[in-house]
Amino acid sequence: MTAIALGDDVRSVPHLLARNVARHAAKPAYREKEFGIWQSWSWAEAADEIDALAMGLLALGADRGDHVAITGRNRPALYWAMVAAQKIGCIPVPLYQDAAVEEIAYALEHSGARFAVAGDQEMVDKLIDAQADGAALHHVIYVDPRGLRRYDHTAMSSLADVQAKGRASNTRAEMEARTQALTLESTCVMLYTSGTTGRPKGVVLSNYNVIATSKSTAEFDDLRAGDEVLAYLPMAWVGDFIFSIGQAMWTGFCVNCPESPDTMLTDLREIGPTYFFAPPRVFEGQLTTVMIRMEDAGRVKKWLFDHFMAHARRTGPALLDGERVGALDQLRYRLGDLLVYGPLKNTLGLSRVRVGYTAGEAIGPEIFDFYRSLGINLKQLYGQTEATVFITQQPDGQVRSDTVGVPSPGVEIRIADSGEVFYRSPGTFVEYYKNADSTASTKDPEGWVATGDAGFIEERSGHLRIIDRAKDVGKMSGGEMFAPKYVENKLKFYPNILEAVVFGAGRDRCVAFINIDLNAVGNWAERNNIAYSSYQELSQHPRVLAQIEEHVNAVNESVAEDPMLAACQIHRFLVLHKELDADDGEMTRTRKVRRAVVGDKFADLVGALYDGSDTIYTETEVTYEDGRKGKLRATLDIRDAKVVPVEGRRMEAAE
Amino acid sequence: MKDTVEPYVTQDGRAIGGMLMHLRGITLRFGGVEAIKNISFDIRQGEIRAIIGPNGAGKSSMLNVISGFYNPQEGEVWFRGERRPPMKPYQVARQGVARTFQNIALFEGMSVLDNIMTGRLTQMKAGMLAQALWMGRAEREEIEHRAHVERIIDFLEIQSIRKTPVSRLPYGLKKRVELARALAAEPDLLLLDEPMAGMNVEEKEDMSRFILDVNDEFGTTIALIEHDMGVVMDLSDRVVVMDYGRKIGDGTPAEVRNNQEVIDAYLGVAHD
Repeated sequence: MTAIALGDDVRSVPHLLARNVARHAAKPAYREKEFGIWQSWSWAEAADEIDALAMGLLALGADRGDHVAITGRNRPALYWAMVAAQKIGCIPVPLYQDAAVEEIAYALEHSGARFAVAGDQEMVDKLIDAQADGAALHHVIYVDPRGLRRYDHTAMSSLADVQAKGRASNTRAEMEARTQALTLESTCVMLYTSGTTGRPKGVVLSNYNVIATSKSTAEFDDLRAGDEVLAYLPMAWVGDFIFSIGQAMWTGFCVNCPESPDTMLTDLREIGPTYFFAPPRVFEGQLTTVMIRMEDAGRVKKWLFDHFMAHARRTGPALLDGERVGALDQLRYRLGDLLVYGPLKNTLGLSRVRVGYTAGEAIGPEIFDFYRSLGINLKQLYGQTEATVFITQQPDGQVRSDTVGVPSPGVEIRIADSGEVFYRSPGTFVEYYKNADSTASTKDPEGWVATGDAGFIEERSGHLRIIDRAKDVGKMSGGEMFAPKYVENKLKFYPNILEAVVFGAGRDRCVAFINIDLNAVGNWAERNNIAYSSYQELSQHPRVLAQIEEHVNAVNESVAEDPMLAACQIHRFLVLHKELDADDGEMTRTRKVRRAVVGDKFADLVGALYDGSDTIYTETEVTYEDGRKGKLRATLDIRDAKVVPVEGRRMEAAE
Repeated sequence: MKDTVEPYVTQDGRAIGGMLMHLRGITLRFGGVEAIKNISFDIRQGEIRAIIGPNGAGKSSMLNVISGFYNPQEGEVWFRGERRPPMKPYQVARQGVARTFQNIALFEGMSVLDNIMTGRLTQMKAGMLAQALWMGRAEREEIEHRAHVERIIDFLEIQSIRKTPVSRLPYGLKKRVELARALAAEPDLLLLDEPMAGMNVEEKEDMSRFILDVNDEFGTTIALIEHDMGVVMDLSDRVVVMDYGRKIGDGTPAEVRNNQEVIDAYLGVAHD
C-alpha cells in the first residue's frame, strides 16, 4: 500500500471546502432545480450556508464526536449538513431515506446520534417513530417545512431557523477552533452497510480514507473543477458520498440535485453531466425505454436506427478505445453520429459524459456495449463501503464488460487460495463502529480486508474478474462448482427478466426463480394484444412463460460453453408471482437479492422445482408501502428447460 | 345585518375564524322543479365544509349557486359580510372563489403548466397589445404568475408532468391538475365538486392529504361535495346534508352521523 501525499493544508473535508472557496469562490458548487428553475450556489455562498448551519448546531449544543443522522433525498442543504457537522467535530451519519422505521431506529440507537437532519415531513415522521423504540434525539432539524408547522417544536427546528440562530450566535470562534482541530485521522463519516445478512454495520471512514481516495481516483480519470455530476443516488451510499462530497470537494466540481426523484431523467437531460455514475439498472431502464420507443417508430426511422446501431456496435467500442478503424468505417460512424448517436445521446442526457461508471452489480454485455458503441465512455469499477468505494476500476481504453478493471491507485490486491479477493488500500476503513469482533474478522492486523467476493486476476490483461460472492460459490452434490450469480446475471441481461435466483448448492442440478420486468413484458403484451389484469396474471401467461423458457435455454447453452461452470445449467424454472422487494426483506435496500431469505420464504416452490411437479399452489405474505400486510395466492407453472449435456467432463471446483 | 361567530381552534390546531359566506333562504327553480328549497347555511373562515346527500339532492346546484353559475330565485348570498348581488361566474371568481368540476374540465391539448396558468387569468391585467408583444407589464406579469404556479406545482408534487399534455395523464393526476388550476387563482373559498370520484384508495389518500395541506398551508376555506363518507367524515369540520333539495342536517361529522333523518335519507325508509 502506498501512502498518498495530500499537502499540509489538507487535513479534512472542511479544509477542502476552504480551499475551494479560495480557488473557485464564484464558481457554482451546488445546483438544485426548484420551482422549475435551476438555483445555484457558488462555493462562497455554500460555505456561508454551511458555516451558518454549523454555528446553529453549536448553538443547539452539539458536542465534539456527536453523531448527526442525515436522511432525505439528495438536496444541497443535506450535503451542507454533512460538512457542517464535520466543521464542528461531529460525525455525519447518512441514512437511507426509504429505510423502514426499525432500520432507522437501529442506526439511531447504535450510533447514539443526538441530532438529525431530515429532508421533509415523511423523514421527520420516521425519525419520531424510530425514537419510540428508545433512541432519543436531542434535536431534529428539517429542510422542507411543509406540513410540519403544527408539530411540537420543543426539540425540532427548520434548517433555516437553525441557520438564523447560528448567524446570530457568537459561536464562530468555537467553530473555527473545532475545524482547526480536525486531522486526517479524525472520522469523516460513518456509513451503515446494508448488509446482505445480519445487522447493518457502521463503517467508520477517516478524513484520510476519503480524501486520499478522492484525490487518487480524481487524478485517475482527470476529473476537474469544470465537471458536472448529477447527485441522485442515495446519500447513505458510500458512492454518493465519495462522488458528491469527496471528489467534489477535492476537485471543486459542481453537484447538481434533481427536482424530485420522478424528474431525474429530465434533469439529467438539462444538466448533461460530464461525470456520471449509475447502477446497471438505470442503464438497463434507459435502454429498455429507447428500444420500446423504437418499436413504435416509423419504418424509415427504425431502419436508420437499426442500420447505424449495427455499424456502431462493430466500430464504436474500437473507436472509443483508440484502436485503428478503416477510413470508410470512420466516415460512416460520423454520419451515424450526426443522424442517430448524437440525438440519441442527447435524449438520454449523456451527450457530455466524459467519464461514466457503472458498479454495484454486473452489467449485461449487450447493455454495456450499446452505450460504448454510442461513444459514451462507460466503464466499470469494483468496490465496497469498507474500501471507500474503490478497489479496481477500468482505465480509459481498456474497457470490457466481463472484467472490473485494474487496482485503483494505491490499492493492493491479493487472491486467497479459496479464490476470495483481498485488498489493502489508503481507503481501507478504520473500523466497524462499536463492533471490534467484526472489525477483527474482516480486517487483519496487516490491513488486508476480505471482500467476500470470489474472483481471479486475468493473466493476459491484469484485470480482475469477479465470479460471485465467495459464500455463494458453493458445490453441487457431484462436486461441481456452483456460481449462482454468474448464471443469474446472464439471465438478467434479457430485458424482460428483472431478477433471477438460482438454487443448486448441495443438489445434483440447478433450478431457478425468475422475476419478469413489468415494464418490458407489459409493453410487449400491449403490442401483442395480450390482456392481463395483474402482475401475477401476466407472469403466468403461457406466451410469457414460453419466452422465458427460450431465454433459459439460451443461457444454458452459453453456460455450457464454460466447462468449469457447465453444471450450473438450469434444469427447471418458474416465474414468480410477485416482484422481489426490499420491503418484504427479499432484497437489500441496494436491491441485491437475499438468497437465503428467498430460499426460506419460498421453500415450497424450491421443493416443487426439485420434486418434478408441474404446478404449485402457494400463498405469500406481502407488505404494502404503508406497512400493512396482505396475502398473495397463486398457482405457478413449472417448466423444464433444455440442458446441454456435458460429455462426462466434470470439472472440480477450485479447491 | 351582523354575522358574528366566535373564532375557535380545532382539535388539530387549525384556527377557524368568522363567517366567510352565509347563504340565506336559497331557493332555486328550473321551471316547475325546485332544485333547492329554502336552504340556509354558513361557511366559516378556514374551515372544511362538506355538502353531502344522495344523488339528485341538489348538491351541485348548491355549489353552482355559490360560484355564481346559477342565480337563485329567492334568498341571499352574503360573502365577507356583504350581500352579493346577482353576478356572473367570472365576477365571483374575481372575488376569490375558485372551483373544480365533477367531470374534469381541463384543456386536454395544453400542457399541465399552461392549464394551471389559466387559473391566473383573473389576476392578469396587462392589455392585449402588451400581451401580444410580450413586453413591459405582460412580461413582468408572466414571470410573477409563473413563479406562483411553480409553487403550486411543487406543493402538489406534479413537477414530473409539468410539460406533459393533459390528455396523456391518468385520471387521478388530471384531478390533481384541476385542483392546481383552482389554487392558482389564490382563492379564499375553494369549491371542490367530488374531488375523489372514480379514484382508487391510494389516489383518495393522496387527494385527502392535499386538501388538508391546502387548507393548512394557505388557510384556504374549502367547500366540497363528496360521496365517499369515510373521506367526508375524516376531512370536514362541518357537514351539510341535503335530500330532495332540502337541508336535512347540519353539524359536525359526529352530529350528522347520528341524525335520524340523515340515516333515513341514506338507508331509505318506507314511505306510507
